[in-house]
Amino acid sequence: MKFTIEPLGDNSMIIELGQDMSHEIQQKVKKVSSFFEEHRFDWVIETVPGFTTVAVFYDPLKIDTTTLPYEEVCKFLEPLLDELEVDDDAEPRVVEIPVCYGGEFGPDLEEVANHNGLTVDEVIDIHSNGEYTVYMIGFAPGFPYIGGMSEKIAAPRRSNPRLKIPAGSVGIAGKQTGVYPIETPGGWQLIGKTPEKLFTPEGDTPSLLQAGDQIKFVPISEEEFQKIKEDTK
Amino acid sequence: MIKITKPGLLTSVQDLGRYGFQKYGVITSGVMDTTAHRIANSLVGNDENEATLELTLLGPDMEFQEDTLISICGGNLSPSIDGKPVKLWRSVLVSAGSKLKFGGCKTGCRAYLAVAGGFGVPEVMNSKSTYLRAGIGGHNGKALQNDDELSMGEPSELSRSIYKILAAELHENKFAEMQWTISSDFIASSASKPQVRVMKGRQYDWFTTESQMKLFTEHFEVTSQSDRMGYRLKGPELILQEKQEMLSEAVSFGTIQVPSEGNPIVLLADRQTTGGYPKIGQIATVDLSIMAQLKPGDKVQFVEVSHEVAQQLYLDREKKIHQLKQGIALKIRQESK
Repeated sequence: MKFTIEPLGDNSMIIELGQDMSHEIQQKVKKVSSFFEEHRFDWVIETVPGFTTVAVFYDPLKIDTTTLPYEEVCKFLEPLLDELEVDDDAEPRVVEIPVCYGGEFGPDLEEVANHNGLTVDEVIDIHSNGEYTVYMIGFAPGFPYIGGMSEKIAAPRRSNPRLKIPAGSVGIAGKQTGVYPIETPGGWQLIGKTPEKLFTPEGDTPSLLQAGDQIKFVPISEEEFQKIKEDTK
Repeated sequence: MIKITKPGLLTSVQDLGRYGFQKYGVITSGVMDTTAHRIANSLVGNDENEATLELTLLGPDMEFQEDTLISICGGNLSPSIDGKPVKLWRSVLVSAGSKLKFGGCKTGCRAYLAVAGGFGVPEVMNSKSTYLRAGIGGHNGKALQNDDELSMGEPSELSRSIYKILAAELHENKFAEMQWTISSDFIASSASKPQVRVMKGRQYDWFTTESQMKLFTEHFEVTSQSDRMGYRLKGPELILQEKQEMLSEAVSFGTIQVPSEGNPIVLLADRQTTGGYPKIGQIATVDLSIMAQLKPGDKVQFVEVSHEVAQQLYLDREKKIHQLKQGIALKIRQESK
């Protein structure tokens, strides 16, 4: 696998796997991330995937060396990363996200439809039939940067951002779509809401989604929304 | 128990941070000045990761409901117990019923209050740090409020030894201070325009030669739009050679990023996990305490340091802190015999 390593700080470094946002580079990011998950080197504090990079935060005191810890770590990692290959057969994890579209959950659905000269049902159809990849989690706990939305339903951000967007809201901003894990202010066009929790601080893995996941948005009725909400309480 | 009778400007429970969850978008939080926090813990016989209270600019008032071994390190926010000034950077035994207050901010910006046994708050994702924006960790996920009551954990054997030494000194007084303190080497400089060592950032080469030079020759002022997430600085404009978009990637404590209007932002304890602005520099870990003690209006001068030197400085500093902790433990064992 082709890569470069550069320091981020004096106890962190960034492994860069390419320049552009693409499926191919995303697969490499995923491979390198899972390499660290599998090996759990005791000097690694944590890794943070980006669109084209994997950052490694490490403890220099846990690296036994006569030279500097960074040099030692590079010397150690380079041959191992060289050998890594993206596994084409590896099936990505598919996470289904139930969404109740429109109504009070998606007050901007009609606007998105009008903007694109479509009916509301067509927007729902296109949105729920897309193939989506989670590129990374950032900005807020559990917030997914998602790629793969059809340009047919793209819509500009609201000129007047909302002060409060409820947790679980599914929105569109430009060519992106996403789900808000916690309540925040924001300017996205809201088309629906999921009853699933994307961020659970008390859980083993606090985020429902991880970089590399494929997402399927599944339309549900308001009754189904309430039922799932009850069940996941 | 400690009862808060006035919350101060921003007082929160913090430890060394929440690690392992940044890949899920969960920020590390934790103390801003790790050195002051670690020493505060060592002086009361705690593990260095035990939670302390981080006090900002205007400290709180509190009441001790039992005899409590404390230490206050970091910025000098003029602490006093029942009207009598208390010294920083040493072990102090406070008797039950005493009131601790803070006055004006004389040096620095943040003080750390450690208590023997640490604060009895639950761990969330392996940390007691308060993540203010998400409302988790610390004391109910929030900065301390009036009438909040904080309990203390089980003191260590070392804590009990310090307690015993000071209890003999307490007599009729409200508090007793240890006779010795730590070397001034560990106390962040309170120079009026401190120097902070900075490594070149990953996008340093994207900036104009003039901007690169100005980063290391001129000074920058901390503006009032600064908080635990980051310091917005004002100084010479730093501009890119050409407009370039970058894809978001991880950032670190002390990353200096520059949005398009040209004013740098230094990312601190409550920084977001990833960022999409070019990084012109990265503050050396050993100088983060100096940065964390700056307050709005303070000026700072960045000095270039290589990554190799920054890493060597880090290793040397860690060795010194390790020796300091051993020194404290040894002194206490000798005195308590």
